[in-house]
Amino acid sequence: MLIIQFWVLSVLMLGSAVCVVVFRNAVNSAMSLVLSFLALSGLYVTLDAFFIGIIQVLVYAGAVMVLFLFIIMLLDLKVEARRTLNLAAVFGGLAVLAGFVFLIGQIVLSFPASGESFPALARTGYSDVSEVGVALFGNFNLPFQVIGVLLLVSTIGVVILSRRSLR
Amino acid sequence: MPLLGDYLIVSGFLFAIGLAGVLLRRNLLIIFMGLELMLNAANLSLVAFARHGVTAFGAPDYNAQVLVFFIITVAAAEVAVGLAIIVALYRLRQTTHVEDLNRMKF
Repeated sequence: MLIIQFWVLSVLMLGSAVCVVVFRNAVNSAMSLVLSFLALSGLYVTLDAFFIGIIQVLVYAGAVMVLFLFIIMLLDLKVEARRTLNLAAVFGGLAVLAGFVFLIGQIVLSFPASGESFPALARTGYSDVSEVGVALFGNFNLPFQVIGVLLLVSTIGVVILSRRSLR
Repeated sequence: MPLLGDYLIVSGFLFAIGLAGVLLRRNLLIIFMGLELMLNAANLSLVAFARHGVTAFGAPDYNAQVLVFFIITVAAAEVAVGLAIIVALYRLRQTTHVEDLNRMKF
């Protein structure tokens, strides 16, 4: 059952990720990116990471993609006109990609743990939110506050960047 | 049950697709979407490892999930700043096409 879920969600995620790269219209790309993120949150749920799955839907598929669509609509981008392709650059990019995929395959196949299935949990129904929350506010308290400062700095930075003149 | 290697292969393919978006597309917004795909590929392999390396109590390793939480937060901040830079650039030059932005090219 889990393996069917895994393959359906992976094919959906990878297929819509390919659509993001292939589509010429930016709005279509953004909508396929939303689909890809939703399928990825389903994959997180198959890994018993419910909290991360919910966060993925809320933050990525919700907030980040709304921001992307807002900017695409704001800039009023037309469908990209076809330009002359630089063939050397395209072949170079594809060669880098082929090498990268080959390398990933080699590394994963030679990794000793990659043939293992996931060990069973001691009991089902862990409360993800409380466990992650305890780790977040206990062990990782300082990084959590640093992240808060980072969000504040990025908010101020966005306000300054989007002022009328950058003087 | 799917194996750990299945998740790692899928995560590697997702990273490769994101890299393809960054390398082959010329629209700044699509390049940005490719960056997001690459970040998500890293998150997927982290969550797979969290589920694989169960702790002594038989629970998933929640430290890795906290790391994923931090990555998602940093990615959200990065998207906000990057899109603001793209909007400022568009105001200045009326384009988001990388080949039209060659002022600093040697």
